[in-house]
Order: sequence, then structure tokens, then C-alpha cells
Amino acid sequence: MKWQQGILVALRMVIGWHILYEGIHKLIHPEWSALAFLDNAQWIFSGIADWIISNPALLNTVDAMNTWGLILIGLGLVLGLFTRYASLAGFALLLLYYLFNPPFIGMEVAGPVEGNYLMINKTLIEALCLLYIAVTPLSRHFGLDMFRYKYQKIAQKHD
Amino acid sequence: MTKEKASGIARRDMLKALAGVPILGALGIQVLRKTSYDDKHNIQKEIVRELGLEDLMNAIKPVNHQEGELIRLGIAGFGVRGGQLAKALGFMEKTDFDYTVGNGSLDAQIRDGNLHVAITGICDVFDLHAEKGLATAAHDIHTGGTFASKHPVKRYRHYHEMISDPDIDAVIISTPDHHHAQMTIDAIQAGKHVYCEKSLIHREEEIYAAYEVVKNSELVFQQGHQYPQTAAFQVAQEILKRKWLGKISHVETTTNRNSPNGAWIRHLDENGNPKPGDARSIDWKQWLGKAPEVPFSIRRYYSWARYFDYDTILFGQLFSHEYDAVNQLLNMGIPETVFSSGGQYTYKEFGDMPDMLHTTFEYPHKELTLTYSANLTSSKTRGRTIYGQDAAMTVGGTLSVVPDGSSELFSDLLERGLIDPGSPMLEMLQGSSSASVVDAVSSATAQYYATRGLTSTSIGGQDWDVTHLHLKEWLDCIRHGGTPSANIEKAFDEGVVIAMADISYREKCRTRWDPDKRRIQRI
Repeated sequence: MKWQQGILVALRMVIGWHILYEGIHKLIHPEWSALAFLDNAQWIFSGIADWIISNPALLNTVDAMNTWGLILIGLGLVLGLFTRYASLAGFALLLLYYLFNPPFIGMEVAGPVEGNYLMINKTLIEALCLLYIAVTPLSRHFGLDMFRYKYQKIAQKHD
Repeated sequence: MTKEKASGIARRDMLKALAGVPILGALGIQVLRKTSYDDKHNIQKEIVRELGLEDLMNAIKPVNHQEGELIRLGIAGFGVRGGQLAKALGFMEKTDFDYTVGNGSLDAQIRDGNLHVAITGICDVFDLHAEKGLATAAHDIHTGGTFASKHPVKRYRHYHEMISDPDIDAVIISTPDHHHAQMTIDAIQAGKHVYCEKSLIHREEEIYAAYEVVKNSELVFQQGHQYPQTAAFQVAQEILKRKWLGKISHVETTTNRNSPNGAWIRHLDENGNPKPGDARSIDWKQWLGKAPEVPFSIRRYYSWARYFDYDTILFGQLFSHEYDAVNQLLNMGIPETVFSSGGQYTYKEFGDMPDMLHTTFEYPHKELTLTYSANLTSSKTRGRTIYGQDAAMTVGGTLSVVPDGSSELFSDLLERGLIDPGSPMLEMLQGSSSASVVDAVSSATAQYYATRGLTSTSIGGQDWDVTHLHLKEWLDCIRHGGTPSANIEKAFDEGVVIAMADISYREKCRTRWDPDKRRIQRI
């Protein structure tokens, strides 16, 4: 049981590290933009992607929301704070990334790749890991959420 | 978290609760280490430092807005180019305007600003074109047409009527090339400023006559070459000033296209039917002017650039832009000798234009050779490149500088591996929105003009139609004095160079420039 818990916490933290660094990297490189990613968008979201690209103000907003979304989700996962919300938000964001560029037949991305994917890629796997973390009451045992639960219990006692 | 609230948690649980904090700290340290590593190993930053690139882009001058009194323009020749010039001035026919607004591509023209001009005269020998010109002139996109209504637009049957009208201040000449010089001479003599599309000349004698007339007047003359208006041109000028290319011995200019339209075969519409126009709606005698008399021909009317009778073929069309670009950059002037060769191997149906053409311009006094290589049967792009012993620079709508492996100037950077002879050490790209406009147009000929820097440029974060900027320069000089970039001196050099190349091709001989007599000789 302890091993299971420990491995789950480790999983939460490494995903948190990954997502947080993605956000920080974008923050310290202001020249970064989702433009290239959106430009390559395929399948059902390619129309939305084109619409975002065609509107510079909207693209800037999407960039800022993406950067800060990643940072907040990453912090939540590393620290174990609002873990459930952070995991669910992370799941939703990663699923979006997946759907904007799914590794379906005929939708291969040009350029060098670090792996070969068919239907399933690492983004989808990471998204599902976050969904698993969200539905497992893990955070009550490791993370700042413990203070939240403790406080709620004390508050309930005094009621 | 206050001490009181935390007090309910055991020490062991406290450690569990704060387990993420050291991880966060570790991430923070790694981010700092990575940032510092990236800074030290950022080749781009190091090249910027080593080459002093920080202020290179300051070479791009902002587009300034100069107020001034209204200038009333007359346009002679309202074909495709006439329409483009009117658009660059801020005038579009209502249907074109609505269509452009509909597909969202109008922004650039609207933003280009009001040049404070009115098109008050249209002269075209073809009724259809003249009517299009009148409708265009009456619809000023900056003012919704109200401006134009105060200045009625008049159609002139003959350009002499237009240039002698006191209600016209300046004229734009966008007729076929064989009329350019005579119209320029007549307009200047009638006291009008002139913007004349390239090429100013068709035959050698016209250069000397037009030069004398323009030079001896106070009026402003500008030839229709837009390239010096681009941001890439201004940066290229600065790079040459900094002598990064070293000794320059070869300038290579090229044309590559691969379509009947790109070869000026333009008398048929997209369904293969002849375009409108016949002997009744076109004043054929006036269109021919001094050219040999031939019966009306729809082929000659639309595809005139293919005929020796009306044009200096590829030299007057695309080489003139190439020459102007490199002459504006290097001030190379007139070569000592020129030799052209080529032939019609693919488009043999009509006209004289070769689809394979190679010309060498020798400048022994400058230890320099200019070459022009045109291929109308392959669209594989070749650049406009200036080769120096230290680096080669390709300039067009974009710019790139590739160091030479044997460069002494860059030997240190090459040895340290910071730059590589196989790839550009400096690249300037066209603004992304301009590129997407070009994609939307999607015509191979439009793409050609964009790669040569002849359509739009990005200055101060805005996309500018370069023809608009070129017209603006002419208008600014009319109002406030000064000499425009494509002035009569530059037009003279260009006219001589084109005539030398054209004579060499047509008469199958070498040509030589006699600087004392200022005339071309056949050798």
C-alpha cells in the first residue's frame, strides 16, 4: 500500500515538474508563441486554430492563458495543493493538446520526431495519468492539501 | 498557515504535507542553472555581440507622414498595372473594394494612409479599361468617394489632352513600354511631374532625349521600381556599408517562372477564350504609336511584352527591377560591355521573347561582373545574390548573409564554429502577415514578385505595399522638394544597360559603352 502511494506521489510530482517547467520556459522566453503549434493543428480543431492565429489579440490571450495555466497546474501538482482541480485542469489541457494534433493516420507532423505514434502518444498517456491522480484520494496523504483537510475537519468540529 | 492551524498535524504528517516544497526548490535551482547555461551557450547572442548586430535594424527608417496640399493625378494606361497603382494610392473600384473587404485582405491598403491625392484624369485607348479607371478614381477608399465627387474624373481620348489640362498636376504613365519615353518627355514639357513605370525606354535614342528633358526641368521624375522601399533593402545597404561582404566581384540576378502568364502570354481568359477588346473598342492606331503598322491583334494588345516592337522583352520587364535593386545598392552604373544569348525553346507560338536568356555585363574598371539568367520554363527560385570574398548576400523580400569558408574577416568566428559557411549567419524574414497574404493570393507570378521584394514590406510592425511607399516618395518630393530614389540619373544608367542588353540579343552582337561619346557601340 505504502509503495503504491509513494509511486503515485512520485508520478504526480514528475508530471507537475514537467508541466511547471513548460510554463516557466514560456514565461522566460517572451518570444514564444503557440502560433507554430496552432499552425500545424489538424483534425477537428484546425478551424479554431486558424481563427486564433488570424487574430493577434486573441493569440496573445491564448499564449498568456496557456503559460499561466501550465504554471498554476504545475505548482498544484508539485506542492499537492488543490490537487484534484489541478489534475483535472491538467487532464483537460493535455487532452486539448492531443486533440489539436492527434497522431492519426495521415496526420503526421513534418520534421524530426522523438518517437513514433499511432493513435496514442505520450500526451494522451500523461493526460490519463492526471485523470487517475484526480480520482485517487492521494493528496490527502501527501501535499499542502493536508492542511486544507485538517483545517476543514477542525472547522467542522467547532460547528 | 498559522502555527495554530498547523498545530493539529503531527511532525510526520507535516513532512508529508511539505514534500513538494524541496522538489519545487530543486526545480528552481535547475531552472537557474539552465538559464545561465543557455545564456553562455547562446550562439545567436554571441554572433549578435561579435558582429555588432544590435543596431543593424536601426537602418530601417520609419514611414513618416507628411501633410501637404492636394495633388491631382492623371493616369495614362489603366490596364492591370494602372489598377495596382490606383490601389496603392488608395483608390479601388467599388466591386473590387467590397470583394477585398469580404475576404479580409484590405487592411494593408487602408492602413497605408491617405496620400491626399485625387485621380482626376484617366486616359486609355480601350473603352473598357478607361471605364474601369473612371469607376476606380471615383471611389476613394479613404473617404468613401466623397473626396472624388469634389474633383470630377475626366476621361481623355488622347494623352496630349490630359497633359495639357491645367486641372492635372502630375501624371502616372502605365502604358506599354513603347510609349513611356515620349509620354514622359511630352508631360515634362507640359509642366507635369511624372511617375513612369519601368522601363522608361524602348529604344536607345529615347534615353538621351528623355534624360535631357527631365534633367533640364524642375519637375519630379520617378521611375516605377519599388524595391528600394523595402526594409530588406535598407538593411542590405547597411551591411554593405559595414563591408561584411569584402571585395565584391560577382552580382547574380535571376528570373524563374514557369507558366504562360509568367511568360506574358495573356490574351486568353481562364476558360481559354480571348479576352475582351476589338478594333471598335480599342483605338489601335494610337496604341501602336510609332510602332510598325500591323492589323489589330488581340495577342499583341495583351501580350505586348513578348514583342520587340513594343518592349525590350525580359530586360524591360523583370531585369529592370533586378538591375535597379543592385544598382541602388552598389551604384555600379553602366558596364563596359554586354553580351546576351538565349532562345525561344518552349513558348514558340508568337512574339519574340526568349524563354531562356543569359546576359553578362562586364565592369572591368570595377573588377566586377553582373549576370542575368532568366528561365521561363522552371519556377525553381534562384535569388538575387551579391558575392564577396568574405560573404554572399541574397536580397529580395527577405535577406540572408552566408559567410565564405575562406573569409579572412570572419576567420575567427568560423574557427570557433560560431558561424558555418553552409548556412546563413544572418537572416531577415518578411513579416509573417505579408507572407500569409502572398499564400492567399497563391498565384505563381504573385509569389515571384513577393520573393523579389516587389509587393510588400514590414516596417515598424506594419505591412506596407511597397508601390504605395514608392508613390509616396514621389509625392513627398513634389510637395517638399528632394530627389526620389528611382530618379532620372538612375533611369539613365538603367536605360543604357537595358538598351545594351536588348541590342546584343536582337542583333546578335556584343555591345560596348563609349563613355566619351555617351553612346552604345556594336562590336
